[in-house]
Amino acid sequence: MSEPISALNGSVYKEGIAAITATGPIGMISIRGDMTAGYLKKTLKKIAGVDMPDARGINLKVDKGIAWMSPDELLLICSYAEVATHLDTLHNAIGSNHAMAVNVSDARAVFRLKGKHIREVLAKLAPVDTSPDVFAPGTIRRTRLAQVPAAFWMVDTETAQLVCFRSVAQYVFDLLKTAAQPGSEVNHHRR
Amino acid sequence: MSTRIATGGRLLNKSNAVSFSFNGKHLRGFEGDTLASALLANDQMLVGRSFKYHRPRGIVAAGPEEPNALMNLGREGQFEPNQRATTTELFDGLEAASQNHWPSLEFDVGAINKYLSRFLPAGFYYKMFIHPRPFWKHVYEPIIRHSAGLGKAPKDRDADTYEHFHAFCDVLVIGGGVAGLEAARTAALSGAKVILLEQNAHWGGRAPVDGGTVEGKPINDHVDTLVAELAAMDNVQMRRRTMGAGVYDHSYVLGYERLKDHAPKAQGPRHRLWRIRAGHIITATGAIERPLSFAGNDIPGVMLAAAVRDYLVNYGVSVGDRTVVVTNNDDAYRTAIALVEAGLTVPTILDARVLPEDSALMARAKELGIRVMMGHAIASVKGGKRVTSVEVCSQAGEGAVLETIPCEAVAMSGGWSPVVHLWSHCGGKLVWDTALATFRPDVNNAPIGADGHGFVTAAGAAAGFFGLDDILHDAHAAADGVVTTLGFKLPANATSPNADRQEESPLAPVWMMPQGANAKLREKTWLDYQNDVKVSDVRLAAQEGFVSVEHTKRYTTLGMATDQGKLSNINGLATLAGALNADIPTVGTTTFRPPYHPISMGAIGGEARGEVFQPLRRTPMHSWHDANEAEWEPVGQWRRPYAYKRSGESTHDAVMREVTNTRKNMGLLDASTLGKIIVKGPDAGKFLDMLYTNMMSSLKPGKCRYGLMCSENGFLIDDGVVARIDDDTFLCHTTTGGADRIHQHMEEWLQTEWWDWQVYVANVTEQYAQIAVVGPNARKCLEKLGGMDVSKDALGFMEWVDGELGGFKCRIYRISFSGELSYEIAVVAGVGQAFWDALMVAGHDLGVMPYGTECLHILRAEKGFIMIGDETDGTVIPQDLGLGWAISKKKEDYLGKRAQERSHMADPERWKLVGLETTDGSTLPDGAYAVGEGKNENNQRNVIGRVTSTYHSPTLNKGIAMGLVLHGPDRMGEVIDFPGTDGKTYSAKIVDPVFYDKEGEKQNV
Amino acid sequence: MLILTCPNCGVTAEETEFHAGGEAHLTRFGPGASDDDFENYLFMRDNPKGVHFERWRHVYGCGKWFHAARDTVTLEIFGTYTAQTSTPPQNIIDKISDRRPDWQPPQKQ
Repeated sequence: MSEPISALNGSVYKEGIAAITATGPIGMISIRGDMTAGYLKKTLKKIAGVDMPDARGINLKVDKGIAWMSPDELLLICSYAEVATHLDTLHNAIGSNHAMAVNVSDARAVFRLKGKHIREVLAKLAPVDTSPDVFAPGTIRRTRLAQVPAAFWMVDTETAQLVCFRSVAQYVFDLLKTAAQPGSEVNHHRR
Repeated sequence: MSTRIATGGRLLNKSNAVSFSFNGKHLRGFEGDTLASALLANDQMLVGRSFKYHRPRGIVAAGPEEPNALMNLGREGQFEPNQRATTTELFDGLEAASQNHWPSLEFDVGAINKYLSRFLPAGFYYKMFIHPRPFWKHVYEPIIRHSAGLGKAPKDRDADTYEHFHAFCDVLVIGGGVAGLEAARTAALSGAKVILLEQNAHWGGRAPVDGGTVEGKPINDHVDTLVAELAAMDNVQMRRRTMGAGVYDHSYVLGYERLKDHAPKAQGPRHRLWRIRAGHIITATGAIERPLSFAGNDIPGVMLAAAVRDYLVNYGVSVGDRTVVVTNNDDAYRTAIALVEAGLTVPTILDARVLPEDSALMARAKELGIRVMMGHAIASVKGGKRVTSVEVCSQAGEGAVLETIPCEAVAMSGGWSPVVHLWSHCGGKLVWDTALATFRPDVNNAPIGADGHGFVTAAGAAAGFFGLDDILHDAHAAADGVVTTLGFKLPANATSPNADRQEESPLAPVWMMPQGANAKLREKTWLDYQNDVKVSDVRLAAQEGFVSVEHTKRYTTLGMATDQGKLSNINGLATLAGALNADIPTVGTTTFRPPYHPISMGAIGGEARGEVFQPLRRTPMHSWHDANEAEWEPVGQWRRPYAYKRSGESTHDAVMREVTNTRKNMGLLDASTLGKIIVKGPDAGKFLDMLYTNMMSSLKPGKCRYGLMCSENGFLIDDGVVARIDDDTFLCHTTTGGADRIHQHMEEWLQTEWWDWQVYVANVTEQYAQIAVVGPNARKCLEKLGGMDVSKDALGFMEWVDGELGGFKCRIYRISFSGELSYEIAVVAGVGQAFWDALMVAGHDLGVMPYGTECLHILRAEKGFIMIGDETDGTVIPQDLGLGWAISKKKEDYLGKRAQERSHMADPERWKLVGLETTDGSTLPDGAYAVGEGKNENNQRNVIGRVTSTYHSPTLNKGIAMGLVLHGPDRMGEVIDFPGTDGKTYSAKIVDPVFYDKEGEKQNV
Repeated sequence: MLILTCPNCGVTAEETEFHAGGEAHLTRFGPGASDDDFENYLFMRDNPKGVHFERWRHVYGCGKWFHAARDTVTLEIFGTYTAQTSTPPQNIIDKISDRRPDWQPPQKQ
């Protein structure tokens, strides 16, 4: 089988006030179920190596972790190559319980934003308070980016990661480039 | 002459001269000038022509309230009309041109209108343009339209970019004058997050022009200290050149930042629209001076008194050597004093009031030797393109001229009106303040926010406080109150600074000058400069029965257009009230609507233009289609190939080739856009039984079933093939447009009605690239790729299986939307293109060709398969389409079942689906209606059916169609007529909708 | 533009993240229902000037439905609450009664 490629296959934009990279394929498994159930909590902790996040939280260790998507939905993030193994583990753990684990790795596109102005780039497109005191690493925000759904989080103070649907990857890349165009610094977030 | 004087000009950088042009004439100004101050410095008193009478118009104001000095700015991609000279910062190379004149500003033939003015009264347009109708085409449109209007529409694509920015704060202070600065400082001291917006490039508002001291320090120093203090606070964000444009529900504010109007060559966006959500909003928007209503008050050189002072102090510009000041209040004395102190002449101050004693300002004016004439007024201003003199009369009389005073300028002041626009945008109410003769915010009736409490507080002059000390104390108290309600606490040592107090004599309301002005004077007395509305027009409107202020506005155009009556409204209301013998508060105001001041369309659109105007959805094979000459068809936000054109082919040729080849050899269709929704859980079968009209719970794992979905109204909303994956899991295919909609439809029923059912759904549409391999050679192609058994026995019709083809992990569904042997193969999207490539290679010797959506449509129509959106339009039920076989009779309930039992749904007169075959082989026009006997009540021919899909079938070499026809299935063989919009009548025979391979042998091999 | 707090994910967001879904607490009528009951269920909606119970979906956020009690005149939001209920909860009723003493809670069906 050919190597899978992401929608924009590593496209990069560096000329603006933030560097934007369309990442290669990243593993993502959508999990629906009772988040308090022991069989899910234990298995996920084992797979991801992090604790179950609180509401609106994301616990990541390097490239692996768990994001809270809604009261009955989590997103497991891992390397693309590990997806099949983790899916098997999850399916075994779920057994006859009522829960669902679905591979959505190829249905998404992921962007990495880097630089001092990434909070501003996001705030130009999403109706979200991205101030450092409100939106700190550890929180994931599902919202809209201009006209499409997206979710993003701060990896560290100068890195953000954004996930959208694969079909609109080009649109989102173009949006981010527009919002990061040279000379468009807002210098709004002072803390 | 208006000119630059040697002293003054606190905002200018005189070491940096800049050049600009006005109507092609090269002029010079300084950095720090506005276009208005630079024009005045160059003695350009005449800046435009009025809207209706084309009267010469000069600059009246120094801020956004300016009604006259509207310019066409820039050129080509940066051209923009209706820009105010008073809010345009001068930059090197600025190009400006005046508007609304022909052939030139100095000589305008439209000015003849002024001689026709008695024929152009209020409501002229309504009265005149009704009859006779032919005049519309030959007179009104070509001639009147040509001479009407303000700026020119830009012709070139806007070369600039724009953006939005979402910001959040506890307290938003709008206005960076002394009140706004003090309110921001107070709020910030409590720890609240503060954003402070100022529309101009400078802080401090007009306080530095008006003077005064705060805590013993000159006001300029106080402003500088405050600005520095605020800039050093981490919880304060300050924005100059950013106007609070509108206040909306739940404390939402639009701010309009002009990033490079003053520096067009800079990088980055031109405007930024701030979308601010605040805990509370403080409007410190100041006040606007009112003109006085006297004859000739529109002649260039007649200006607001405070504007004369602004030009003098801020820009070092003298509007004339001799300026007559006319007023009904003390503030205009500041202008007289400033002019005399600058060495200019004020021949007289005409004060309409009669007062028992002099205030400090009046005494100071007299000290300077200015002649103060109490109880006096202007009877008329003389001059054409500029003021030459004023005729003086008694305010109490009818205008008998006592004296004529030569002068170059008139500085008028009719009092001040708080800028209440932002307070009012979202429902804040006003009260009439008799002492100030103006409306001000009613603190007990603020706009209501999400929590049910007021979310706007006015402060300073915007709240009706005018002395410096009063303004500072009010702003401090307002901010203190606001932060307290937000849960912050002011430190004990945070107190309001004190300013020197200067007692002023009360204003006397003056709505007409002189109060008994005769009809001749009233006809030359302007209320609205921009729209050419005079006192006589408002009176006429009242006389003709337009007693509501909103009606008067529209009838006379008072307060319309780009300035929305910032100068004219109160005077207009007072005039209307006078004509109606009513109180001003009874007459009320017109509605204040955002934006406060026009903002650019570019800013409103933000980033959404060009490539990112709207999202385009692309499949994993999009680039391949593009490189292979796909003609695109928009399907929702997706782009799907309509047909792949080869060189020399028309689109029709390409479609015919694709159909023929698919039936003869094989074709590939990118079916990735079709929705794929996983439904899993112990109650999944029960849930799908409710969603589909047919039974899904009885489907065996490994099998597929075609299903129909209806809304609760009974109407068909989607269709597709459902595959049962295992006991608990189904995969539902939806239409391309249906994926998101049906996923949400499922979630809605699960969350809001059957929340105790154990079902989860997931939309995995984009996880897979799905390719339909269609045609007699389809199996051979897959066998060539190899890896799994795809024979009839291993994978029968309407079955699915997981496996591997040519090294690609895949899921194959043996389903057919074409009537041919067909496999729909899903691989993960990341290898979609590679798999497509592999199929193209494997199919090379088997006659493979990609095909598009039009070929897909013809293939399905030849088989009589319905298409959601063609055969359905939101009013069609499955029973109309002969799909009774797909409606379970066994189920007690499904969405739409009860609705389909309603009398109209069960009516035998409902049009039913049939096939249609033209008698001459031609193709029926799409959407054509069939006509029947007789006529309806509107004398139109009765219709008995309509075409829902129509194509030329290359397989059958004739036109085929489907349609909904009255009693259609009972009328097989009958010929009915379809009049086309081309004048021809098409005759078609009613036939079975399945045109090709009626037994379905070809798909089941 | 309204702001609403989604009770499912706890996010307070502007209206553009949400989708309005009309009157809340309808009782579904299906096969066997009388014509009047079915017509009422399918077509008839309250349109009060004042307190309104309505459905919203956090469409750009967690994707979940919820209910809001809102004043259609002042746009005051009395509260948001779960969609998995057929009547407004007591704390919402209390909040409305507190803010609108003349208001009568809807009769339970």
